[in-house]
Amino acid sequence: MARTPRQVGEEVWKTRVEKVNAELVTLTYGSVVAQLCKDFGNDYIQVNEQLDKMGYNIGIRLIEDFLARTNTSRCRTFKDTAEIISKVGFKIFLNITPTVGNWSQDNKQFSLIFDENPLADFVELPDDGKAVNELWYSNILCGVLRGALEMVQTQVEAQFINDVLRGHETTEMRVTLIRILEDEMPVGDD
Amino acid sequence: MLQNRSSYPPQQSAVAPSLASSSEKSIPTSLTPSALRTSVTTPRKVTIYDRNLNRRAPELSLAAFAFLFNEIVQYSQKNVKGIQEMETKLSENGYHVGQRVLELTVIREIKSAKRETRVLGLLQFINTSIWKSVFGKPADALEKSKDQEDEYMIIDNDPIVNKYISVPKEMSQLNCAAFQAGIVEAVMDGCQFPARVTAHSVPTDLFPLKTVFLVKLDPVVVERERYMR
Repeated sequence: MARTPRQVGEEVWKTRVEKVNAELVTLTYGSVVAQLCKDFGNDYIQVNEQLDKMGYNIGIRLIEDFLARTNTSRCRTFKDTAEIISKVGFKIFLNITPTVGNWSQDNKQFSLIFDENPLADFVELPDDGKAVNELWYSNILCGVLRGALEMVQTQVEAQFINDVLRGHETTEMRVTLIRILEDEMPVGDD
Repeated sequence: MLQNRSSYPPQQSAVAPSLASSSEKSIPTSLTPSALRTSVTTPRKVTIYDRNLNRRAPELSLAAFAFLFNEIVQYSQKNVKGIQEMETKLSENGYHVGQRVLELTVIREIKSAKRETRVLGLLQFINTSIWKSVFGKPADALEKSKDQEDEYMIIDNDPIVNKYISVPKEMSQLNCAAFQAGIVEAVMDGCQFPARVTAHSVPTDLFPLKTVFLVKLDPVVVERERYMR
């Protein structure tokens, strides 16, 4: 019998993942965001973009690591994809399983709701009255999803719509399917 | 406004100063209950300061750190003129982390902690406590320079930040553990032992990533050491 994504995630996390102190990652990510805020002169819109870009770079390489460790087969529906992202992807890298929910009618949009977010531990946004409205602190995760999914022929858009750091009730990322990319044969290649 | 209203009958206000004073008293008393009420009705928000810092640190995958660190290296590579400048940038990132690591470690070990007043004591603290809490293992060795009074070396045979980094030939000078050196420097500075800390690759057959963290103490520290001896 096929194992559920949750079982796969748990097993891979327990047996096939080398681990490191979470606080090292938390603090290191903090230093990245702080550095970017400094470099872009507190233009948080640009900081968001740069974080997304960095995430994309990570995503396009991370997918290989993911596939190698988990032996995941092709997802048949976008719903499967969402489950795998949450229960396996987030589990084996960040040891969290965000809740999948708020599906749109056409099943092309869902939310990942984060009960915990290791990136944002110890974090307070700058109280310049601007960051709370402009900065998406964990925006790197959006880029990671976008990059990783693109490598498996799934083009998505991902963005945060809520963040507890901004005083919202939850931290929520919205993922939208744009299209499934077709494998295209080069011209004249049979 | 309140006072205006209390002296509403204008003729009487001049006649009865006692009345005015009583009305003045009534202002604060009328304010207090409402102030109380607001503090009761708005629920106190749970902030990050309410969190227990002693919670055992959870773990993440090393890959997550490696990917993130890789991006830091890529980013530091942009807009720099040379390897030295790049290492400085990495070190600055590490410094930011080190300041916070020191605080966390000291708060957690508050019962057994003592104030380090000698260089050796502090270096041993870094070698064991700091290294363990950040990298999950103590550093491999701590040595004192034979020739230089103000130089010490912390040795890590296999620094985790370098695990997935291969340095191109033309940049062989570079050691990305400059990040880790920054952490050490922040701890030294934070404990009032100002120092410069740099990372140097010393590959051996057994440990190709072996790195020496050279701690060069500020003259002030050396002088204090002499005085305390």
